This record gives sequence, structure tokens and C-alpha cells, in this order.
Amino acid sequence: MTQLVDKAGRGAPTISRELSELQPKPRARTATFAARFTNIGGREFSGAKPVLLVALLGALGVLLMLSLALGSASIPLEQIVTILLGGEADRQPWTNIVLKFRLPKSVAAALAGMALGVSGLLMQTYFRNPLAEPFVLGVSSGASLGVALIVLTSGAVGGALLAGLGLAGDLLLSAAAGLGAALTMTLVLLAALRVQSSVTLLVLGLMFGYFVGAIVSLLLYFALPERIQAYINWTFGSFSGVTAEQLPILALFVAAGLALSAALVKPLNALLLGEDYALSLGVNLNRARIGIVLATALLVCAVTAFCGPIAFIGIAVPHLSRGLLGSSDHRLLLPGACLTGACVALLAAIVAELPGNNLVLPLNVVTAFLGAPVVMLVVWRQAQGKL
Amino acid sequence: MRPALETRNLTIGYRRRGEADVCLAKALNLRLQGRALVGLLGPNGVGKSTLLRTFAGLQKPLGGQVLLADEDVTAIAPRDLARKLSMVLTAAPPPALMNGYAIVALGRQPHTDWLGRLTDKDRHMIAIALRAVDGADLAEQRLAELSDGQRQKLMIARALAQQSEFMLLDEPTAYLDLPRKIETMALLKRLTRSEARAILVATHDIDLAMRYCDSLWLMSKDGIICGAPEDLALDGSLGGAFRADGIRFDQSRGRFYRERPGGQAVMVVGEDEHAAWLRRAVTRAGYSVSSGSSRAIVSRSRNGSGPRWKLRIDERVGYHGTIEAVLRALECNLT
Repeated sequence: MTQLVDKAGRGAPTISRELSELQPKPRARTATFAARFTNIGGREFSGAKPVLLVALLGALGVLLMLSLALGSASIPLEQIVTILLGGEADRQPWTNIVLKFRLPKSVAAALAGMALGVSGLLMQTYFRNPLAEPFVLGVSSGASLGVALIVLTSGAVGGALLAGLGLAGDLLLSAAAGLGAALTMTLVLLAALRVQSSVTLLVLGLMFGYFVGAIVSLLLYFALPERIQAYINWTFGSFSGVTAEQLPILALFVAAGLALSAALVKPLNALLLGEDYALSLGVNLNRARIGIVLATALLVCAVTAFCGPIAFIGIAVPHLSRGLLGSSDHRLLLPGACLTGACVALLAAIVAELPGNNLVLPLNVVTAFLGAPVVMLVVWRQAQGKL
Repeated sequence: MRPALETRNLTIGYRRRGEADVCLAKALNLRLQGRALVGLLGPNGVGKSTLLRTFAGLQKPLGGQVLLADEDVTAIAPRDLARKLSMVLTAAPPPALMNGYAIVALGRQPHTDWLGRLTDKDRHMIAIALRAVDGADLAEQRLAELSDGQRQKLMIARALAQQSEFMLLDEPTAYLDLPRKIETMALLKRLTRSEARAILVATHDIDLAMRYCDSLWLMSKDGIICGAPEDLALDGSLGGAFRADGIRFDQSRGRFYRERPGGQAVMVVGEDEHAAWLRRAVTRAGYSVSSGSSRAIVSRSRNGSGPRWKLRIDERVGYHGTIEAVLRALECNLT
């Protein structure tokens, strides 16, 4: 019969000898810094593939370079490197194209992908629902109402937007979307302070979304057709609208949201067992709930304000990273969703540009077109136990 | 003196907005202390889970207090409470991509740092907990590949790894087969002795609870009666708590059985194992077993080809090879 003792080995020599056979031999020498930091490599991770995080990082680098090189005009990769290192490209316009247009767009895509992937993971874990996504709390509805109010009702700005060039119009649009999203999240946060049950919060968020959606529909119903077109363009989502000046704001929000998410790793793992178990494991549920909603708010509001309501990435990326890494542990999944999200967003951005062509496809069309089959495959294989 | 988990004038139940509270039990003064395995028995819906949840601070009491070492559990920080009190709930573990080791490792959360990194001591406790439930071979298996019973084992190991003085379990034997039920109860009993733990286990396995628990808390609509299993059987409390139409408690055997309305008496002759099994069968079929003068008398007979059952009903006598045949004959002739 086994005895539970406080200090390892004390008073139970036979047990500790038995245990030394059970425990894996320490492999501190081969462990990377990241592995040691997160303690990845213990028996709790057997079956998981943490090494894929490195592969994802590599893929992110490659995609980043490709997204700078590909577009309506292709630029050789070595020229990209020269430009990034501060040199002059062989052809003058290339420097401008890369630094002024493609770099902000690519960085914005990577940031948005990270934000959407991680917030999707937070929502799926907190609501214990594989269909949860960043927008279940009604953020995109709030943002869309803000944009709809501007585009569909105001004459002058609507006209400027229609031209699709007005910088003031773009800023106004971002501000309207951000304000709508932030207001929605404030409401959800207030609800989260009072509502104990995650299911109640989920239903409240969904209903709020329908309610706001109805207002937007009403506005659309009475709006002029050309204004409706402008609104619909916004709902397609785009990374190209983010300028170099706006980028630091987006980065700041995303960094804050990711840092807060990282601090929530332990309660998130406990929440895998459900709220009751999490509480019995010492999780401060109120604090965890507020933290999760706040992190989601920071991540999603910023992305929606600058890039529009980008669908699909938020729901798909958590599934993809779970499937890739073979783990539900958030110490792996959080960096995993971050990197997978950035890769997926960059890939979508590259494809949407249709390299070598002047056509640009709507971003939301591309994300779902490319991603849905992949996610179906991953989830299918998971269900078959092949991963 | 070991710390105790006790209640002062506790009222448990649910609050409903705009309506009267649903009160499940009131004026409870209970005490749970180390080195004791306590069985919480009671019919469905009487409030066993609510009591456990109130004990653990998962639910607020409608009145009164739950005290852990003289401190109100609702005032203890979650992490501190988790070091003193662990739970095994009826909720099934998630379909997550986790192995057995990861599940048990979650039990170390009240002891680990902000990332949940495991130290050598944590790994030591996890290994011990896994061995205690005889689940070392489950450590590297995916949760999805395990049976309900194996998952339940892991959830208990997880609670063990939490290293808490008090353990509350809500129907831990519900999904298990009989040998596993016995194993689980025996394990809990061992823990109360070797670790001086106080374990409260809500269960529907009255028989097992009576055999393993040091005391029973019998929960009914009228409140909770505490005592040693045998005392509660003798004074009729056990029978009373589960009273329902057609269900009787067999005082002498410590079993519940279903009474057939207007059930006839059958006398079984003999004291060997054959007679004992036949008595069981007769009781199961809804007859009462009498010790004398009844219309039907069954005895063991060695006439003719081999041992058979001799059944006499009134003046008619018949011989039957199996217990099943005896029951069929009783069914045809006695009513």
C-alpha cells in the first residue's frame, strides 16, 4: 500500500526507489530554454509535439517574406532582404512598395492572426464549446453597428468612403468600428462581473449580437444601394487598410491582450475540467472570467477596428493548433494558436492578393475557402483518433 | 486535535430570483474529521450533491455556516481552500487531448507557480497518487482511449494529488463495475487510515457504504441522521430514509428489496449455501421468506437421479432441477 508523504522520499525509501523507475530520466541538457521555461517535456506532454512550435515559427518567417515578395508585382526575395536591411532596391518603386504598403499590411496580418487565434482559443476553452469564436460575445456586431451608422447615415463621409481613398474616412471608420466594439465589450464585461455562469454569458452575447444585427439590417434596408456596397466592403475584412502610423496602436493592443492571456494559462488549463472543478482546484473564477473577457476585448476590438470583422480564423486556428500540437495544454496551445493564427492570416493575405494580378479577393472569402477544408480534415482525423 | 469540517445551523438549497428559495435541508449541525470515511446516503433529489457543493464553497448556503478549522469556507481564498479540500464530481472529464498524467497533474495546481510548472515534489506526489489508485499504466494513455471507470480512477488520483486533508466525492462509484466499486471504497477507507484524511462520499451503493464507511449520514426530507451503519440499520433509520411504496428494508440482512403486493410466504428448509441462494431468489421474486407454517415449502432432495429441489404447495409435491424452475412453479401454483 502506498503512503502519501509530504517531502519527496522522506520516510518512504521503498516507494521512492519504485518511483525512480516510473519517472523519466532528466534531460535538462537537451532541453531548450523555452522547454525549460514552460516545463514542456514532462510526462504530461507525452503524445504532444511541442517541437512543431519551432516549425511554425519557421513557417511564419517564410510566409512573412513571401507576403512581402508577392503581389500585383513580384519582387525578388534578395531585394526584399536588401530593403529590410535599409539598403536601396534595384528599382526605386520597390522600396516604396515594400516599406509603405506590403510591410504594414503583412505585420498587420500577422498581428491580427495572432489576436484572432488566441482569442478564439480563450473563448473555446472558457465556454467549453468547439464552435465558440472571438465574436461570440458580440464584438463584431458592435463594430458593425458603428460602421453602419457612419457609412449608411452620414452623407459626406459616406461619399468619401465610397471613393475608397479618403484617409479621414478610413480613420473615422476605424474609430467607429473600435468604438462600437469597445462599447459592446464594456457591456459584456459588466455582465461578466455579475453573471456567474458561462452559458448565460454566451447566450447574452449571442442575443446582443442578434439585436444589434437587426438594427444594422434596418439601416441597410433604408440605405442607398451604393452606401450598402461600401458597408459590405467593410464586412469583407482587409489587412491593407492599416497604415504604418496605425500599426503601433494595433501592436500595443495585441501585445497587451497576449500578455494577459499568457497570465491566464493555468486557470485555462483548470477550466478544461469545467468551472466547478476549476474552482475546486483553487482558481479564482471571477478573476479568470474577467481576465478572459478583457483579453478577448483587447485582442478583438483592435483587430476589428483596423481590419474589419475577419471571420473564420478565430474559430479555425484553435482547432488547427490543437491538431498540430496534439495537446490541450494551454502552455503549448497559446503560443501554438499565436503562430498558427499569424501563418493562416498571412497565407490568406497572400492568396487574396492573387499574385501577379491586379485583382484582390475579399479576405473573408479566402479565409473560409482555404481554411474550412483544412479544419474539416483536422477535426475529422481527430475524431478518428489518428492524431 | 485535527481540524474539522463542520456546519453550524446550515441551511442548504437554491436561491431563485423573485420566488421563494428552494430549501433542501435546514438546521444541519454536522462534523467531519480526520481518520473517518463517511457515507452520505439518501434518495435521488434529496440534496446530497447540494450539500457537497455547499461544503466545498461551490454554492452559497441559504443560512448558517460551513466552517473549516473554524474558518468560514466562503471567506477562504480559493487557492487556500483547494489545499485543504478536494473534490471528485459527477461531471465527466472533457474530451480533451490530455493523457492520464496531465489530468492528475492538474491536481497540483494549488501548489504550483503561475504557469503550473511541476517540481520534483509535484511529480513525486502525482506518481504516488497514480499508484494509489493502481493507475500507473494510465499515465501515458489518451483520455479518449479510456473507459469511464479508468477516467474515474484518474479523477480520484487527481484529488489525491491535491494533498488535501478533506476529500468530498460525489458518487465516485456510479460508472464502475462491482469489483471496481469495492476497490474504490477500499481505497478511500485506506486513505482515511494511512493519511488520516477525512473523506465524505455520496453514494447510492448502500450495501458497500454499510460495509466500508465508519459512519453514515442518512439524508431524507426530514434532515440528516448520523451514526454507525449498524446502529442506523437496527433503529430503523436506514429503512425509513429510503421508504417508498413497495420497497422494504430487510432488517436482519441489511438489504433493500421490492415487495410484491400481497406477496405470499415461502418456507425454505436448510441452512447451507443452496438454501441461502434459494432464499435470495424467493425474495427477489417478491415472496417473503417465512420460518414456519406456510403454504409453500421448498427443501433439498436427493431422490432419484441427483440433487433436486422438492417443492410442496399445500398437499401437492413437485421436483425441480433449477432455482429458475422452482420460481416458475411458485408463480403458476401459488397465486
